[in-house]
Amino acid sequence: MQFVFLMEQVVNGLVLGGYYLLIALGLSLIFSVGGIVNLSHGAFYALGAYVSIEIAKYLGFAGGAILSPVIVGLLGILFERFILRRFYTADPILSLLVTFGFAMIGEQLIRILWGAAPIPVSMPAAMKGPVMVGDFLFSRYRLFLLAVVVVILAGIWFLLNKTAFGRVVRAGIQKPDMVAALGIRLQPYMTAVIVLGVGLAALGGALFAPITIVHPAMGAEILTVAFVVVVIGGLGSFWGVIVAALMVGVVRGVTIHFVPAAGAASMYLLMFLVLMLRPRGLFGERIEKFE
Amino acid sequence: MTKRMFEIGGGSLVTRRSALKFGAAGLAAGSMLSMPAIVRAQADAIKIGHLTPMTGFLGVLGEWAVQGIQMAAEEINAAGGVMGRKLEVASEDSINPDTAATKAQRMLERDGVAFLMGEISSASALAISQVAARNKRLFMALGPRSDTLRGKSCNRYMFCTDIPNTVMVNAVGSSLMRDNMVKGKKFAAVTSDYVFGHDLLRAAKAFFDTHGGNIVSDDLVATDVTDFSPYLLKIRQAQPDVVCLNLAGNQVTNFVKQYAEYGLPFPTVGFNLNTADAWAAGLGNLAGTWPTVWYHTLDNPASLAFVEAFKTKYGKIPENHAWIEYVSLKMMAQAMEETKSTDSEALVDYLEKGAEFDILKDRKAYFRSWDHQLIQEAYPFSVKADATDVIDMMELGAAVPGADESLEVIYPTREQNPCSL
Repeated sequence: MQFVFLMEQVVNGLVLGGYYLLIALGLSLIFSVGGIVNLSHGAFYALGAYVSIEIAKYLGFAGGAILSPVIVGLLGILFERFILRRFYTADPILSLLVTFGFAMIGEQLIRILWGAAPIPVSMPAAMKGPVMVGDFLFSRYRLFLLAVVVVILAGIWFLLNKTAFGRVVRAGIQKPDMVAALGIRLQPYMTAVIVLGVGLAALGGALFAPITIVHPAMGAEILTVAFVVVVIGGLGSFWGVIVAALMVGVVRGVTIHFVPAAGAASMYLLMFLVLMLRPRGLFGERIEKFE
Repeated sequence: MTKRMFEIGGGSLVTRRSALKFGAAGLAAGSMLSMPAIVRAQADAIKIGHLTPMTGFLGVLGEWAVQGIQMAAEEINAAGGVMGRKLEVASEDSINPDTAATKAQRMLERDGVAFLMGEISSASALAISQVAARNKRLFMALGPRSDTLRGKSCNRYMFCTDIPNTVMVNAVGSSLMRDNMVKGKKFAAVTSDYVFGHDLLRAAKAFFDTHGGNIVSDDLVATDVTDFSPYLLKIRQAQPDVVCLNLAGNQVTNFVKQYAEYGLPFPTVGFNLNTADAWAAGLGNLAGTWPTVWYHTLDNPASLAFVEAFKTKYGKIPENHAWIEYVSLKMMAQAMEETKSTDSEALVDYLEKGAEFDILKDRKAYFRSWDHQLIQEAYPFSVKADATDVIDMMELGAAVPGADESLEVIYPTREQNPCSL
């Protein structure tokens, strides 16, 4: 039976990893296009949760979860056009400061619009409760979350690897000058990727709202985990983020199984070990801007 | 002495800041710097420093705290103030113990506050109380509930108004005993990993030991954890009769939402809950029995009037932290009016003498002289299954202790509490 419980933690950890993945992937995407470390990613996540709740009042949970990322993603156009665009070639410290400032403005804005008190949200009754497979227990809602994450991952992989859009983006990440010399304007592609990243954050917020507390500072909480995941995986690496997110989830679950009090510390320890062996993260490439 | 100060004040080596400090000290001997404006302001208003977390895992409670104390200040000022002077309460975000201590020092030293009030975190309250004691200035700790804070770490200048952990355990315990949910039962405990949580676990263990309950698993959770799923699986592994929660702030909300999500069958009891955290969970997520210091449905004319006034002013129902800050400032106003003083020594002496205070409950409250805790009624409350609105979701139980018992029976005894002042 002990083995079953441990396996249960491992599987739950993998699901939990999927849960971190949604936020970390957007963060990593935004980083890879302009070298922007987007500290306001958490604010978009929080905004996604709040907007989805407003929409859900009229269109139900599914309506909120689908429309909120679209609406918040469109805000990403403004964010790219008026803020990020100025910092692609600047010292990374500047974009760090600006996005950090934006995170604070975003949190305060939410506080003004919706108040500091948390918003009560419950999940649709049909999704609540466990699913038992033999001795294994899973959360029905998280299995749904996992399915969404898998679909999104597949979609993004397809977009980046199998479409003309993806080829330009990948080329733009590697050799922006060459792309420009070929007569392709990179700017709209940059904007699209940022919109995608911001939309993913908002989708995360909308999907996590039923299982976590919805309050103005919720973005800051998730951002820490997302950063640890991105750093372990290696900045800007698609597969790095996936492997790292799953690792963090499993390591947390297994640590909590044996030493509950060390649960929160375990992911930092993992980060420490990985960075000792691979200073750029598991799949990280050399990034000139930061070296 | 005065002459020496003049010399120092005129010297060029002295910074402006220390010159100002000397200037303030030398006022009685005649002003040498241009101070009259400040002097007049101090005579006009009584300044009070109010610290409370507005960010972090207790941050959602801070807004209520600020609204409660500001409403009390407005009411007092509208009725003519204290000794004819207005109250001026400056509320600031204390975030963490370091910030709390720094701001407390600044408020006492530079902002010229008469005394300090506030705090919800037991860790930050400890830091503030040390600053207050060093400066020999009163600190009324409003929200923190740790027994250790009020026991081993007590001091002459700190008074605590919320109920302590032992009382919360006793309030819920009395209702558990009635339902035969203690003797011979197996409890799985989940505890917040900082001074408050440890302290609450200790109180819970003491209660179970006395009444024949067993703790079969006992997991600590860091305060920044927002996902409890691995802990839920551990609880399932332990197969307890009851899950016992010693969590704080938004941990409670996250836990109960995820507990409902995983659909574990064991009943829960919690030894700490703030109503804002219960409301934040949404309908259908919270279950079980919990303790409270006050709830807006308390059927008492004074309490209902307070709820109405709060609703009129802020357009929402007051939470227990709004209530505690409100009655605490009223208590301090009474103390200043009775002693005709804002001096900390005089106020401490007054509060220690067992003065009674109306805190909008059926029975009046008073501070116990040897450990400075406000002795008052507490309540268990339970979750209604058929509520249609979060505000309406809790049902308040009868006050403990019963009307024929001494209020002190639910409080730690002299043997249990190492404080002696």
